[in-house]
Amino acid sequence: MNVMSNDPYTTADGRRIGGVLMEMKNITLRFGGVVAIKDISFDIREGEIRAIIGPNGAGKSSMLNVMSGFYTPTEGEVWFEGCPRPQMRPYQVARQGIARTFQNIALFQGMSTLDNIMTGRITRMNSNLLNQALWWGKAEAEETVHREAVEKIIDFLEIQHIRKTPVGRLPYGLQKRVELGRALAAEPRILLLDEPMAGMNVEEKEDMCRFILDVNDEFGTTIALIEHDMGVVMDLSDRVVVMDYGKKIGDGTPDEVRSNPEVIDAYLGVSHD
Amino acid sequence: MFYREAGDFKTSYLSDSQTFPIRFDRFRYYAVLAVAFGVIPFLINDYWASAVFVPFLIYAIAAIGLNILTGYCGQVSLGTGGFMAVGAYSVYKLMTAFPDVNILIHVVLAGMITAAVGALFGLPSLRIKGFYLAVATLAAQFFLVWLFNKVPWFYNYSASGQISAPERTLFGVALTGPNTDASVKYLVCLGFVVVLAWVARNLTRGTVGRSWMAIRDMDIAAEIIGVNPLRAKLTAFAVSSFFVGIAGALFFAVYLGAVEVGEAFGIQKSFLILFMVIIGGLGSIFGSFAGAAFLVLLPVLLKNVLVGGLGWPTDLAAHLELMVVGALIIFFLIAEPHGLAQLWRIAKEKLRLWPFPH
Repeated sequence: MNVMSNDPYTTADGRRIGGVLMEMKNITLRFGGVVAIKDISFDIREGEIRAIIGPNGAGKSSMLNVMSGFYTPTEGEVWFEGCPRPQMRPYQVARQGIARTFQNIALFQGMSTLDNIMTGRITRMNSNLLNQALWWGKAEAEETVHREAVEKIIDFLEIQHIRKTPVGRLPYGLQKRVELGRALAAEPRILLLDEPMAGMNVEEKEDMCRFILDVNDEFGTTIALIEHDMGVVMDLSDRVVVMDYGKKIGDGTPDEVRSNPEVIDAYLGVSHD
Repeated sequence: MFYREAGDFKTSYLSDSQTFPIRFDRFRYYAVLAVAFGVIPFLINDYWASAVFVPFLIYAIAAIGLNILTGYCGQVSLGTGGFMAVGAYSVYKLMTAFPDVNILIHVVLAGMITAAVGALFGLPSLRIKGFYLAVATLAAQFFLVWLFNKVPWFYNYSASGQISAPERTLFGVALTGPNTDASVKYLVCLGFVVVLAWVARNLTRGTVGRSWMAIRDMDIAAEIIGVNPLRAKLTAFAVSSFFVGIAGALFFAVYLGAVEVGEAFGIQKSFLILFMVIIGGLGSIFGSFAGAAFLVLLPVLLKNVLVGGLGWPTDLAAHLELMVVGALIIFFLIAEPHGLAQLWRIAKEKLRLWPFPH
């Protein structure tokens, strides 16, 4: 099967992969004299799990920041749903249906789990200030509707018991899960995960893998993730982009990437004799 | 033992997100309201109204306002006194320009004018944070006080430069002016406090409150998940200033009756209200009340004990009072940085299990 053509196909485990949802076209990102990303192009197809890997400092997180609108690329364009994305603020990108988690947990520490996840639905709420001040009409109805959606996510992630706990008090693994929940609450078209398994023990990693697969499978959410655990990446993802020093050195299915000599060089080093 | 949520089941999301989810809390709150509306007005006299209840209620409104900005949205402000002055001068200009319109409407309008001014002075918050923002709001404080001193139009060209509230009535009862009854002053302020506290609670438990807290806790993450920082910060400034403006309007029109701007709304007022918010508890409506009560009652108590009880000279007592209040503020910041509201929360946690240790 040639996954490089753009025709929809069905994976071995029966998930449908559609056309291109997001495309990075010749992205270059410079910070003054430092070139973080050098002329990288790749696409993400609807319904797939796409991994971005590479050694430390390869520019993976910068790439994710470009995708989520936090950085504007110096050159190149981000195409989303077949249109080039104009320059916009991060919150406007979020409204397009792109949600993300962070490498270092970026939860709202002073708020409960429930409030954190409710905040994730902010892109879908639009009652006005007066309604909210009087807790009347649309504000009240909206609160109930969105609470139901949030409760579904809480059930899905199995975090019912910590619903009202301030997230600052939760252990690391659970905080990561709440953060995933907050991103999911937006019902995104595409979910960007920055090292979702960093610093977890084996059990927590297995849980997180299960949730990522379930999200992809049940909600049909497209996922792009950065991860250092090669076992996880190779098992989870449909296609992998490999970056090194800001350049793309490999792109393809896990098997193709694994046998790519440049990738092996980047990860294992090469003898210069 | 008697304070617990066990057995208090919720069957809808609305009842789960209500203000007092625990039945005991709810009844306690109704009891407080009943006493405040049904008992105190009949017992109150001039001394209790002007020394304790009216300032407490007005400062509570101002503290809730500052708490929305600083405690919920994380934007430090030292301009509270200046914004109270905007409320006071707005209500004065409205009262004298439109004497036929009801004073209560004027007070609300004064709040709205202050909200607009507050949003204007909130614009720097989009660029600067923390201490730097505090200094920018300090500029608002000094500029506004200077403005009301300098431009005679604001005090209707009166010779003294003061503003004084003319008598305004509702159903023939004087609400402002020298002939106002103590219980009327108290009831007007109480009415505003109850409504505004309810509004504050509604705002902070809903969408806009969550976006404020998101900005407070981690502004970058908040923006990336879809919170518009401009909107969140400016609504916080506007809503906060609305509360502070109403507090300023009541402070002038109902409580003092005549005001000289530098004296009543100077930088000391900004700090006093900031202390109330910090001692009471950042990010808590109850904390705003607790902080206001603490800083209003403590000087009265000290004065009564030192001058009335021990017979000390008044000037010595006044100086000692400043020192004691200052020392207590430092003590509180070290012992319980989250304020009285946190102490109350801990007490409730303990009460859930009392009298059993585990």
